[in-house]
Amino acid sequence: MTAKKKKKREGGEFNNGLEPVIYLLPFVIGLLIFTVYPIINVVLMSFKEGYRLSGSFTGIGLKNYTQVLGDKNFANAVRNTFIYVFSVVPIATVLAVIIANLLNQKIKAMALFQTAYFLPMVTSSIAVGLSWRYMFNTQFGVINWLLGVFGAGPIDWLGATGGQAPYNIFVIIIFGIWNMLPFTIILLLSGLQNIDPMYYTAAKVDGADSGMIFRRITVPLLLPTIFLTMIINMISSFKVYNEVIPFWSGKAGALSNNLYTMVYYIKETFYSKLRLGNAAAASIVLFLIIFVFTMLQKWVQKKFDY
Amino acid sequence: MQVRIEHLTKKFGDAVAVSDFSMNFDDGKLVALLGPSGCGKSTTLNMLSGILPVTSGKIYFDDDDVTNTPPQDRGVGICFQNYALYPHMSVLENIAFPLEIKKVPKEERLAKAREMAKLVHVDMLLDRKPKELSGGQQQRVAIARALIKTPRLLLLDEPLSNLDARLRLEMREEIRRIQQETGVTTIFVTHDQEEAMSICDKIVLMKDGYLQQEDKPQTLYDDPHNLFVANFLGNPPINNLYGTIQNGRFVLEDGSASIKIDNPNAKEGEKVVMGIRAESVTISKSGDHDFEAVIKQRYTMGKEELAFLNIGNQVIRVYLSSDYTYDVGEKVFLNLRQKGVFLFDQETGERI
Ligand SMILES: Nc1ncnc2c1ncn2[C@@H]1O[C@H](COP(=O)(O)OP(=O)(O)OP(=O)(O)O)[C@@H](O)[C@H]1O
Ligand SMILES: [Mg+2]
Repeated sequence: MTAKKKKKREGGEFNNGLEPVIYLLPFVIGLLIFTVYPIINVVLMSFKEGYRLSGSFTGIGLKNYTQVLGDKNFANAVRNTFIYVFSVVPIATVLAVIIANLLNQKIKAMALFQTAYFLPMVTSSIAVGLSWRYMFNTQFGVINWLLGVFGAGPIDWLGATGGQAPYNIFVIIIFGIWNMLPFTIILLLSGLQNIDPMYYTAAKVDGADSGMIFRRITVPLLLPTIFLTMIINMISSFKVYNEVIPFWSGKAGALSNNLYTMVYYIKETFYSKLRLGNAAAASIVLFLIIFVFTMLQKWVQKKFDY
Repeated sequence: MQVRIEHLTKKFGDAVAVSDFSMNFDDGKLVALLGPSGCGKSTTLNMLSGILPVTSGKIYFDDDDVTNTPPQDRGVGICFQNYALYPHMSVLENIAFPLEIKKVPKEERLAKAREMAKLVHVDMLLDRKPKELSGGQQQRVAIARALIKTPRLLLLDEPLSNLDARLRLEMREEIRRIQQETGVTTIFVTHDQEEAMSICDKIVLMKDGYLQQEDKPQTLYDDPHNLFVANFLGNPPINNLYGTIQNGRFVLEDGSASIKIDNPNAKEGEKVVMGIRAESVTISKSGDHDFEAVIKQRYTMGKEELAFLNIGNQVIRVYLSSDYTYDVGEKVFLNLRQKGVFLFDQETGERI
């Protein structure tokens, strides 16, 4: 009885005071101005047909959506983005799991390895992308040189031979994977370090070899972390844009528009074509796609919660 | 399988965890490795399983020297203190995992796992995940997993320490039952003397990395080699009276009382501790007696009543007889039985 009373009084004190509100105010105002207001505005914009920078529009409706969904360039952007996401995320995840596992062993040259793997994180992806541009160079690039060593190539990575540019997408996929690795590895490493070593001891005493331990113990116990990184990486990959910019001097691909990604399309529609309504509608479509995939993964993840 | 260790020593840097430890673990017996925290029990167990390399000494399984044999080739089953059940596997998969490692066909290993689950009474929980089990159930699963590959030696590291008092009582009987049904040589680490006394064929008592005494529980209790052993075993703990030997008598430190002793080894003038089990003292209100004492405090332990008494300025704890009622502050007479009364050297702690 007394305990209950006391609790109530404390709650009352907390609620009555204006103090917490004042503390929260700066953050809430920032959130309202820079996050909530733009989101609401984009949603509204996407329904304003013929929307101009001046703020004028010709009507309210779904015309922006029908225009965007009917646009060949948008379809191309969605296709490229999906190819990018569903090759970069799985490949980067698999590589990151393997590398994180290697790093988690006690390697002598650990420090060196770490700097090497975490380099992409501390440098601007555009700047690094420029040096990758040279590596992908058809005649002088190290990648074609390496392929040459194995008797393959040369491949016209960045260019468009005979009006076709089939290799352009591989450039951003490879670069995207490289960019994604460090962050993923760090998360997975911390996941690995949270696995109690007693499980390894128990399995070793029963005679499990390292392959068995990796497959039956490490990976299953790491799955929650793997799902977490996949969700984060998928969200960021759907927004692929920075990875496209360095290679073709700001254009999307060697041919005009062949490497449109969704964010690139939005940016182009907004800044170059000044079709603000269309850009807003495309943003909403992108948001919905990301939302669906995130939910899907959350649902899968629940099944692996030990 | 018989396990023999010879001069087993383990050092971590300069710290000695186990020192020159030699003994035999007989085939098919349940042996308790008993001692206070940090005395080297887990270290000894881990050397037996091969998880820890030895610093020096030898380990023999029957006649094979396994000192340098890797853990997986020793054929030991281990039940870890915190069970180490794989959280992502069901009970059935957990139990079957050692056979999965050995590439036993699925049907066969699952059948064997079901059999093991039945043995430890978890056969109705096969599809659960470890986190859906109680502590006692997890422990049974851990034992089943340790037993499934029919180990030559079963090692249990404080398997009951995570359980509440009632479950501990129940599970220690279970461990005894399972051990007797399978007949596997078992070493059981504990720091609970009652646990060790109640279920084990033999107790190995350690302190600071040194073997103190190994014997049957009753022998250890009735015939302790030193003061540490006498003090470690028994509840209520043995009483310690400090004094010296004078003219063939044990004289209390403050000289307030003395008792005739017939121990040919007791040297004149030697400072000694007299260890007296609570049940070795009879209390009366009159007649011949060894000591006079004053009742300081009484308390009941279930069916028995115990009292703290003052002898001179020292305190002992004895059972009160139910024939009389005793009051706090009352003067009473104590007689010592032959059995359960020991003399130890004060300096070395060795039995005289
Ligand atoms: N890896 C290690 N490095 C250094 N010292 C250690 C290590 N493992 C154990 N020790 C030391 O060795 C001694 C014996 O440890 P051990 O774990 O065998 O004790 P224990 O008898 O099992 O104790 P408890 O009942 O608390 O489990 C302790 O003093 C401990 O500090
Ligand atoms: Mg221990």
